[in-house]
Amino acid sequence: MKKAFWLAGAMALALAQPATAADSVKIGFVSTFSGPTAVIGNDMRNSFELALDHLGRKIDGKPVEVIYEDDQQKPDVGKQKTEKLVQSDKVDFIVGYIWSNVLLASLKTAVDSKTFLISANAGPSQLAGELCSPYVFSTSWQNDQTPAAMGLYMNQKGVKSVFLIGPNYAAGKDMLAGVKSTFKGEVVGEEYTVWPSQLDFSAELTKARNSKAESIFVFYPGAAGVQFLNQYAQAGIKAQIPLYTAFTVDELSLPLQKDNAIGIPGAQEWVNDLPNAENKKFVEDYRKKYPGLRPTYYGAQAYDAAQLINSAVVAVNGDLTKKDAMKAEMEKANFKSLRGPFKYGNNHIPIQNFYLQDVVKDADGQLSLKTVATIVKDDQDKFHDKCSMK
Amino acid sequence: MYLVVEQLLNGLQFGLLLFLLAAGLTLVFGIMDFVNLAHGSLYMMGAYFAATFVAWTGSFVLGALMALGATLLLGIVLEYVALRHLYGRGHLDQVLATFGLILFFNDAVRLIWGPAGLALPLPAWLTVPVQIIPGVYYPAYRLMIIAVALAVAAMLYLVVMRTRVGMLIRAGASNREMIGALGINIKLLFTLVFGLGAALAGLAGLMQAPILTVQIGMGENILILAFVIIVIGGIGSIRGAFMAAIFVGIIDTMGRAFLPDLLRKVLSGAAASTAAPALSSMLIYLLMAIILVLRPEGLFPAAKR
Repeated sequence: MKKAFWLAGAMALALAQPATAADSVKIGFVSTFSGPTAVIGNDMRNSFELALDHLGRKIDGKPVEVIYEDDQQKPDVGKQKTEKLVQSDKVDFIVGYIWSNVLLASLKTAVDSKTFLISANAGPSQLAGELCSPYVFSTSWQNDQTPAAMGLYMNQKGVKSVFLIGPNYAAGKDMLAGVKSTFKGEVVGEEYTVWPSQLDFSAELTKARNSKAESIFVFYPGAAGVQFLNQYAQAGIKAQIPLYTAFTVDELSLPLQKDNAIGIPGAQEWVNDLPNAENKKFVEDYRKKYPGLRPTYYGAQAYDAAQLINSAVVAVNGDLTKKDAMKAEMEKANFKSLRGPFKYGNNHIPIQNFYLQDVVKDADGQLSLKTVATIVKDDQDKFHDKCSMK
Repeated sequence: MYLVVEQLLNGLQFGLLLFLLAAGLTLVFGIMDFVNLAHGSLYMMGAYFAATFVAWTGSFVLGALMALGATLLLGIVLEYVALRHLYGRGHLDQVLATFGLILFFNDAVRLIWGPAGLALPLPAWLTVPVQIIPGVYYPAYRLMIIAVALAVAAMLYLVVMRTRVGMLIRAGASNREMIGALGINIKLLFTLVFGLGAALAGLAGLMQAPILTVQIGMGENILILAFVIIVIGGIGSIRGAFMAAIFVGIIDTMGRAFLPDLLRKVLSGAAASTAAPALSSMLIYLLMAIILVLRPEGLFPAAKR
């Protein structure tokens, strides 16, 4: 009897859901909210929530419902969470994905169900090439683009030779390949370290110093970047061989890297001081809403994802069944991106500028990132030819 | 030539650091017959305590000493409150319970210090490279790790081999029931041993913290290496842990340093650079497998019970 009662209740709830779905915009958000990299997921969530605040918590007059799911940085968990969002929550959009491997595992579920997926960070080459889809957009970049920009900067600086160090997994190889695709000097050595378990880089640093290379390039996201910079500085190599980086110094790692990060250049498509009104408002309001924290490029990309969704829903006057019209609108990138205006390529990956960022002490005496120069304008990823969408 | 010297030093330093962690583990496992997966959590707590106390006091040495005391105390409390109820149980129960402790500590740290991790900056006098032989520079802090670890090893040797407590510890390792029957307060002894093991883990954590980062779960990867070391060295043997740790440190570092170049002579560049890290990380497990086949009790087994 009791069981029947609960069953009836559950069914009533299940029946009630489509009714609410029709007059609200449902968004699933998959990111990492546990473990050491939860700080990244939290930053993305903070920025996404701020974007919703700026939209008045409504999209085209409809209330917004966001369901946050933790992928635990594991591809299998990410896939399960994506399936749950698509099949049982029946969301209209899925946003998030820090990690390329998690995104690749989750992609098919979203595409098969024709649910719009917006990657707010991960940019594996497959997504830009053979796996591109009308239902998938990116508000970030393709993995190779950022290190390729760094390679261009090293050419500008007249660097003659480089020693490359990176983690031995898919993104690590993309990154080192990215530098090599643009750097014109000699690659003296290339070392891959065991990921993510190797924590001590003394053997690689010793080799880099003994290789007599003019410079070192590394890609170490998250805590590994802190460890690498510590060891690089402690070994006294900082005074001898300059370091160039991609995704190694950001607002999350900087409080831990401290002075070790001063003078270490990085490339990025968004920096906190980009001079447009939307970006100023974003950075100011973020720091007001989350005291003690500073937004990162992860957050800026999540913020843009919310704006992209808003542009699509507004364009179809809230009729979420008009998928083709929504897709057409999103392809225009018709919103005020925090990085400044950009266009979408045929594969729905932004064609955008990459900036040189440096670490400086700001007005409050705190270390922060600063735009120094534009390395490359309107850069398009090199995999777009492989995408079947024209 | 200099390259080899420098890489040997890197290996020695890494090995000695592993020794600090493995010594505590082998004491607890060998003497108390207790499997403590939460040893890595004590390592993490040592690092967090050190980062906190160094920031408080402004002195690296003072903060480190306070952190050492704090982990010792934490170990004693932990043993008294939770772990002593598990001695009578099987190893599987102990694994389950101490795995639970890992989750407990990770979430406790998240609550107290937040998810972002901490930095433990070194004082200026430790961040300069030192010229050890003409033309070869080595980080001062890594030299200090070598010195501290050697001092701890010597001290442990003296305590275990030359003092009354050490004699009881050795007796406990060979026959626990008997020394209990002889009227020794075995409970107190175990509490002491566990506290000592915790302090050693804490020391390893706080020494490692300036090189790595202080973050949640930092002890979990490195604990696997510590288990490998105590298996190679012989469970319960401090001397075995010492020798095995240096072996593992040097083999691991030399593998990473020279294997890629060796492989490049036989394989294509891309294949070599992919295979080398995988192979070099396999080396120590290979060593463990060989030791287990040839000498299943380890290189320097503790006295049989």
